This record gives sequence, structure tokens and C-alpha cells, in this order.
Amino acid sequence: MAKVSFQDDLCKGCGLCVAVCPKAIIVLDKERLNSKGYHPASCTDQTKCIGCTFCAVQCPDSVITVEK
Amino acid sequence: MSKRVLMKGNEVIAEAAMRAGCRFYFGYPITPQTEIMHYMALMMNKVGGTFVQAESEVAAINMVYGAAAAGGRVLTSSSSPGISLKQEGISYIAGAELPAVVVNIVRAGPGLGGILPAQGDYFQATKGGGHGDYYNVVIAPASIQELYELTVEAFNIADKYRILVMILGDGTLGQMMEPVSYRDNEPMVIPDKPWAVTGRAGRTEHNTITSIYINPDDLEAKNRELQDKYSVIKKTEVRYEGLNLEDAEIVITAYGTCSRICRNVIRQASEEGIRVGMIRPITLWPFPSEIIAEVAKSEKTKAFLDIELNAGQMVEDVRLAVNGCKPVHFYGRMGGNLPSQKEILDQIRSIHKEVSK
Amino acid sequence: MAIVFQRTEGLTQKPFHYCPGCTHGIIHRIIAEVMSETGILDHTIGVSSVGCTYNNYEYFACDMVQAAHGRAPAVATGIKRVHPDKMVFTYQGDGDLASIGTAEIIHAAARGEKICTFFVNNAVYGMTSGQMAPTSLLGQVTTTSPFGRDAAVQGYPINVSEMLATLTGAVYIERVTVTDFKNIQAAKRAVAKAFRVQQQGLGFAFVEFLSTCPTNWGKEPVESLTWLKENMIPQYPLGVFKGKDLVV
Repeated sequence: MAKVSFQDDLCKGCGLCVAVCPKAIIVLDKERLNSKGYHPASCTDQTKCIGCTFCAVQCPDSVITVEK
Repeated sequence: MSKRVLMKGNEVIAEAAMRAGCRFYFGYPITPQTEIMHYMALMMNKVGGTFVQAESEVAAINMVYGAAAAGGRVLTSSSSPGISLKQEGISYIAGAELPAVVVNIVRAGPGLGGILPAQGDYFQATKGGGHGDYYNVVIAPASIQELYELTVEAFNIADKYRILVMILGDGTLGQMMEPVSYRDNEPMVIPDKPWAVTGRAGRTEHNTITSIYINPDDLEAKNRELQDKYSVIKKTEVRYEGLNLEDAEIVITAYGTCSRICRNVIRQASEEGIRVGMIRPITLWPFPSEIIAEVAKSEKTKAFLDIELNAGQMVEDVRLAVNGCKPVHFYGRMGGNLPSQKEILDQIRSIHKEVSK
Repeated sequence: MAIVFQRTEGLTQKPFHYCPGCTHGIIHRIIAEVMSETGILDHTIGVSSVGCTYNNYEYFACDMVQAAHGRAPAVATGIKRVHPDKMVFTYQGDGDLASIGTAEIIHAAARGEKICTFFVNNAVYGMTSGQMAPTSLLGQVTTTSPFGRDAAVQGYPINVSEMLATLTGAVYIERVTVTDFKNIQAAKRAVAKAFRVQQQGLGFAFVEFLSTCPTNWGKEPVESLTWLKENMIPQYPLGVFKGKDLVV
């Protein structure tokens, strides 16, 4: 079991986490804008998360916390 | 108790620095100051100090910046072209408010120029030299004993105000030998430096040393702080020597090597019945404007004669201080040439003739 | 559930100002992580340089000194000579280190100064808006090589790691990148090794990071990672150029 959480207001919508997630469960949420005006990254299905930390490690802004 | 030795000026500067507690020297060779480097290379490890020959004067001033940021008492030395290279680093040191001592053994310029003495770096030293609104304290010794006393004072002033102190010598002072008396125990006034970078252990905040203030209000506030500091220094650290000012009709203004030549001229002039005095600035910044203004206003004073080894630099500050009260004459030699006593006496005779009409 | 990844204590809370997808952020983080995880955060002094990372003294949680353009290795020398028992590192871009600072980096390495230099090579000048860097590739379009870098008038890129490897004082030199998980972990190991080299007083340690600049390359962040892999790695191969057999 694993879980990722995102500190929305640090996210710059760069999309690196989206590209590296091996389960393709991260998207830039087009329905929301954060305080910087970006579409923040978010997880579409936490049940599929394997806690690999690829997303968190690739994130330049320390947006993601991973629990396992 | 003191020790009296015959020593060369450049070596005295290095010895004085070590006695003042300087333990870090970074430098690059350039004539006519290289003996400062050689002395440091030989002697620094005897006091547990560090000597580094840097790859350039640019690198040396940045090593000074780093060592000063880390809390060290640090020295670099160079001569005119090398001091030009250091201007960026000097501006950074001013902006970051770091204590440091820089020695300029001035040679003739501009460009590569010559290796003989000159005073052509006055503007560079006292009017900034590097970019931005800042001042360095500038000290001009005129004897080997003063090279010792004032070098020690330079370190204390630097640490007291977190400011760069420049010792403005010239090739004559650097190369000549005179007796110097050293004190046995140098009273060192090294304050605590809680702002220095030493590793953040034991502190709640990490220390940063920077001169960057991107926000204009922050940068303006910083500049005002610096100007306040300079105002305090202008009130408390002016140093000069006055000779015969009580009844002089012609007042010479001269510093460093030039002032030594003028001392003899004053004696010769008095034998001819011409009353000559001298104001010898010891701090070029802060400039002794007050005493010059005071003497200018006196009835007895008829004229000023400024003698320099340049095309006329300090004379501008003399004129500002005199403020139109009395005429200010200038006589200068350049290229490494020194004025003879006769040349200066001729100037005095002709001024005396004019003012006696 | 336990936390397996979170923001490191080696960084302050201040959000980075870097462009979206700029991999400076990853490189800052792994250096900060190493300092925190190896217990040297309280005993380290870093030197910020000039470029996009001019103010990273606000991001690293250790004591920091900001240096003039190119001069960080000289500033670091001054600091390390005053505090030989503390860790000292510089963080520099390709303009700072390979252009204006070439004398300072070569001589710090030649003197074997016991410091670490982290060199971020993204083949372009970021902060000043996209000029050609000494590490820009032949044919690369930049604001000062608008027709593509032409060897005839603008010379050839400089391979800094290989060049510094000729100096005896430089005992550990490795080039890494941060394009994916595996490479980021390798880069972090290189950072840790560099600090161990300094801790053991062996000499000058240098890690060159191939990094992206999406804004000045005119590419999306993910596209930039691909461009780096396809174009920069052939010119700047990854690997250890000095200290392969070093056991630290």
C-alpha cells in the first residue's frame, strides 16, 4: 500500500512527475489552478501507487511526499 | 620594552600585519610590493598562519572575501594595476560589510606604466574605485614607523566597523629602509563575529554573507545603513598631522612620500623668511576637510600649495574644503619622478611674491 | 504507513524561483539531502555563484556565502583555509565556471583545495536570457548564436570534467545527469562521494551535472530531458574521469 500527497502551491505544472510515473497515475489537474496559476499535479488513483518515489525524486520543487 | 630594527617598508607591513593578528595572506606578485608576499611566504607558518599565492589579483581579493566572511583577519597587497583588478571584489566586500586590509604600493600609471613611485591612485582609493556607493578607509603612512603603527590600526579599524581599510603606500616607502620600533605585546582588538560563516552548529539560523538585495527598498535601506556607518567614521577616525599651522602664510597639503620632501622645504623657506606650514592627511578617507577649512578661514593663511605625484587628484578635495576662501595652487610630478626640494621651493617663492603684493 | 520520501531538512522552506521543470531544483535537493543524511549540515559552508542560482544561499539550510561571478572557488579557498575542519562547497553554472571563472576553477583544482565543486552544465546562459555558453553545442541556437553555433567564429564546446582531470590536485571528477530516477540516484551517490573525499582531506572533488534549461532551449520540460539525453550526452559522456579506483 502506498500514498502520494502533493503540496499544491509549490507545484509549477512542469509535468516531469507525470512523465516518470511507471503506473501513469499522475496528471496535471486541468480542473484546478494553484495560487501560482499552474495546473497542479495530482494522483488519479492512489490504489495503483506502488510507492516507487520516481515522481518525488524527479520533482524539482519537493512537492511530493510519499508514504508506504 | 620594544625591539628596534632597520627594516624595508614592504617587510614592515607584513610584520605589522602578523603582529596585529593577521593569519591569512593571499597575494599575487607585482612590483614594487612583492617583498610583502615573500615575507609572508617565509614567516606566516611561524605564527600558525596561512599563505596562499593566488592565480591573480582577482582571485586573491576573492580569497580575502571568503576568509573575511569566515571570520578571519586577512590581508592582501598589490600595486596599482593589480588594485584595478581587485575593484570588483572590493565593491563586494563593501556591500557585504566584511573587514579586510588591502595594501596598495602605488606605482606610476596609467596602464602598465612604470614601477617607480606615484600617487595616481588617490581617486581610485578615495572615490570608490569599484561600482556603487561605498567608501573604504584609506590610510597614507609617511614613514617606516608609520607603516607599522598604521598597519596595526588598519586591522583594528577594519574589525571595528566591518569595513575595508586600504593602506596607500608608494614604491619609495615600500622599498626604503628606516629604523622601526616594535612593541612587545600588540594590543589586539578583535571583536566577536557572530555574523561570520563558521558552520551553523550551535545557532538557530544559518548565516549568509551577501551583497545582493534585489528589492529596491531593501537595497536602499542597506545603502542608508552604509552611509550612516560612513558618517560615524567621518566624525571619529580622521587623522592628520599639522606643521607650523599657527602662523603659516602658505600651507602645503601633501601626503606620503611627498610630505617627507616638503618637511625640508618648510625649513629652507623659513630661513628665507617665508612662513610655510603643512597639513599632512594621514587618513585620505575620511579626508581632514575640517582642519583645512579652519586654516583656510584664518587671516594669516594667504594660499595653499598642494604637492602630489600625479596630475592633480587630492587637490580637488583640498579645493572643496577651502571652498573658495583662498587660492589653491598645485604642483605635480608624474611617471615615477619626484619633485626636488628646489622645485617646491621655487613654487613657494613665486606664490610668496604674489601674495606679498 | 511510514514516510519514505519528503522534503529534506537540508533545504529551507523558501520555494524555489526556478522555471518549471528546471533540473537545478533536483540538483539542489540531492546536495541538501546528502548534507542532512550524512550529518554535515551543521558543519558545512556553501558558496553561491552568479546566474540563475545567484540566491541559493536562501535555499540551502547551511551557512552560505554569495560570490562574485566566477570567483566561487577563490572564495571557497578563503573559507576553507580559515576553517579546514568544515565542509565547503561551491555551486556554479556554465557561465560562472567555464567562462569568467576558468582561472579560478583550474587553480583551485591544481592547488588541490579540499573543497567540492558542483558544476551545473545546461549548455546555455539562463539568468541573462539565453546566450551561448562555453558548453553550448555546435549548431545550437542561442541569443548570441542565432544562426547556430559556428565553430569557425565561435569555437568549440569545452569539456570541463575531462580538462580538469589532467590536474593532479583534482582527485575525484565525475559527470552525472538527473534525467531519470536511476541517474538521479547515481548523481546523489557522486555528491556523497565528493563530500567523503573532502572529509578525508584527499584533495579537490568535482561533480558535473548535465542539466536542462527548458526556457532558453525553447522546449517543454519533458522534451528537454529527451534533448539532453540525445544531444548533450554524446558531447559530454557520463562517467568518472578521475578517482575511479578511489576508495572513500
